[in-house]
Amino acid sequence: MSGFFDIPSDLQHTYAGLIGLHLREALVPVLVGLVVSLPVAQLCVRFRWLYPPVLGVTTVLYAIPSLAFFVVLIDYTGQSETTVMIPLAVYSMVVLVPAIVEGVRSVPPETLAAATAMGFGPVRRYVQVQLPIAVPAIIAGLRVATVSSISLVSVGMLIGNQGALGNLLHDAQIYNRPELAVNSVVTTAVLAILADAALVAVRLLLTPWMPKESAAR
Amino acid sequence: MIRIDSVTKRYPDGTVAVDRLSLDIEDGSITVLVGPSGCGKTTTLRMINRMVEPSEGTILLDGADIRQQPVNTLRRSMGYVIQNAGLFQHRTIVDNIATVPRLLGWGKDRARARARELMERVGLDASLAKRYPYQLSGGQQQRVGVARALAADPPVLLMDEPFSAVDPVVRKGLQDELLRIQAELGKTIVFVTHDIDEAVKLGTMVAVLRTGGHLAQYAPPAELLSDPADAFVEDFLGSDRGIRRLSFFPSGALELQTAPVVALDADAGTIAARGSTSGAPYLLVADLDGRPLGWGDPKDLTAGEIEPGRLLSHGRPFVHGKDSLRAALDAAVLSPTGWAVGVDGTGRVVGVVSQQAVGEAIRSAHALDRGGEDARAVR
Ligand SMILES: Nc1ncnc2c1ncn2[C@@H]1O[C@H](COP(=O)(O)OP(=O)(O)OP(=O)(O)O)[C@@H](O)[C@H]1O
Ligand SMILES: [Mg+2]
Repeated sequence: MSGFFDIPSDLQHTYAGLIGLHLREALVPVLVGLVVSLPVAQLCVRFRWLYPPVLGVTTVLYAIPSLAFFVVLIDYTGQSETTVMIPLAVYSMVVLVPAIVEGVRSVPPETLAAATAMGFGPVRRYVQVQLPIAVPAIIAGLRVATVSSISLVSVGMLIGNQGALGNLLHDAQIYNRPELAVNSVVTTAVLAILADAALVAVRLLLTPWMPKESAAR
Repeated sequence: MIRIDSVTKRYPDGTVAVDRLSLDIEDGSITVLVGPSGCGKTTTLRMINRMVEPSEGTILLDGADIRQQPVNTLRRSMGYVIQNAGLFQHRTIVDNIATVPRLLGWGKDRARARARELMERVGLDASLAKRYPYQLSGGQQQRVGVARALAADPPVLLMDEPFSAVDPVVRKGLQDELLRIQAELGKTIVFVTHDIDEAVKLGTMVAVLRTGGHLAQYAPPAELLSDPADAFVEDFLGSDRGIRRLSFFPSGALELQTAPVVALDADAGTIAARGSTSGAPYLLVADLDGRPLGWGDPKDLTAGEIEPGRLLSHGRPFVHGKDSLRAALDAAVLSPTGWAVGVDGTGRVVGVVSQQAVGEAIRSAHALDRGGEDARAVR
C-alpha cells in the first residue's frame, strides 16, 4: 500500500526534503533577483531615459517560455537546479524592477527636498530615505515574484527531475498514483500561501509608519 | 551676514528665475521674500543652501563664498522648513527631529534628548514623540518641521512658505510661536511667503520681488506700507494698506478717559454725575476687580441693582500701550457705543476712548511720521 505522503524512492527525498528543495529552488532566485534589481532600478530612477528600454527588455524576457530558457541553458549548466533557478531569477527581476522604480519614485518631492536640504548625500538619501519609503511597493513586488516562483519551480520536472514537488506529478503518472499529483498541487499552493503571509508579516513589521487603513491592504 | 551679490539664475530651459538680485541679510533678523507666484522666491532661497547653483553672481556667508565649504556641511549649518513640512514618513517624530544631529555624528541618545528638548520649545506635547507623521495634524507636522530645522542649532534658518498649508488660526499660532522662538534664539531667518500680511507681521526687512526675479523694494515693513516704491508694490500691498500701517503705531499715545467708567457698586450720585459730565452717552460698568462688564445708559442704571446681563457688550478691548492703533480702532469700530475699552496687561480697565479720539490720534501719528520723512528729505 502506498499513502499520500509516501514518496517514491526514485526522487531521493522525503516529503519534508522535497519541500525544502522546492523552497530553495523558488526563493534563492527571488533573492538573487532582488539583489540585482536594486541597482538596476536605482539606475532607472537616476537616468530616466533608461527605464523604458529596461522595461522593454524585461517584458520580452518574461515572454520567453521557461522551457525555451531550459533548452538554451542546458548546454551551459546541464540538468541542474541552476538551470531551473536562472529563468526564475530573471522572471523575478521582471516584476521587481518596476516595483522598486515605482516605489522609489513615490517618495514625495518635498521629502526628497527636505533630505537634500538637511545635508544627505545621494547614497545616504537613497538608503535612509528612498528605500525605506519604497518598502511597501518592493514587498508587493516580492509577493508576486515569490508566489509565481514557487509555482514555476515544478516545471523543472521536465529537465531530469529538477522540479522538487513538481516531480511528484511525473511520478503520479509513471506509478499510476494520482494522489501524488494532488499532494504536489496542494503542497505547492500551501507553500505559496504561507510564503505570501510571511511577506505580509514582514511588511507590517517594517512599516509601522503606514496609516493603518492602508496597511490593511 | 548673508550677502547675495548680483545673483542671476537661468534654468537650462532658458527661464530667468532671478535677475541680478542683490540683498544683504543681517544677522539675527527675519528677512521675508514676498511676491507673486513664480517670481523666484524659492529659487533665491535654494541658492543660499546651494540646492540651486547661481548662473552668475556670488553669495557670501559671513564674508566667505558659500562654495568654499563642502555642500553638505553648508546645508547642515542651515535649517530648512518647507510647506507641508516634508517630514520623513517612515521615522517617528523624535527621530525626524534628530535627523541633522545624527548626520553630524551625534550618538542616538544625545540626539533624541535634544529632539525632545526641541519638541518642548516648539510647543509639541512630549507624548507625540513616538508617533509617526501620519498621526499628527497639519499644524503639528509643521511644528515638527520647525523643530527639525532647529535641532542642530544652526545659525541660519531657511523657510519656504512653511505655514501656507494650514488654516488661518493655526497659522497665526505658528507665526506667534516663530516670533517667540526668534526672540529667544536670535537666528538669521530667511522666510518666503506670498502672503503680504505674513511678511509685514514677521519681517524685520521685507524684499518684494516681481515676476522675472527683479527686486521691487527692500525695506522694513512700516516703510513698505508708508512708502511703496512703485505702483507694483502698492498694488501688491492691497487696498487696506493704510489700515495695516496702523499696526506700527502704538496705542500708548491715546488719552483714555476714566470719567465714563463706573464700578458695579457705584452709588446713585456717582452714576448721575458721571452720566452728565463725562461727555460719553453711555457708561462702562466694571466689576469690583476692575474688569469691564458692559455699557449702560446712565438713565437705566440703578445704584445697587446693576444687572451685568442687561448691559450692552463692550466688544473686544485693546491692551493700552501694548496693542497698536489698529487694534484700538478695531475695538472702537466694533463697539456698539462707538467707544473702545482700553485695558492693562491683566485685563483691568484703564479707560475708554471714542472713535473720534482714535481718529485724531491716527492723524497726529501720521503727521509725526511725515515730519520724519521731511527731515529725511531735507537731510
Ligand atoms: N527646475 C526648473 N527648471 C526650469 N524652470 C524652473 C525650475 N524651477 C523653477 N523654474 C521657474 O523659475 C521661476 C521661478 O520659480 P520659483 O519656484 O523660484 O518661484 P516662486 O516665487 O517660489 O513661486 P511660488 O510662489 O509659486 O512658489 C518660475 O517661472 C518657474 O517656472
Ligand atoms: Mg516657491
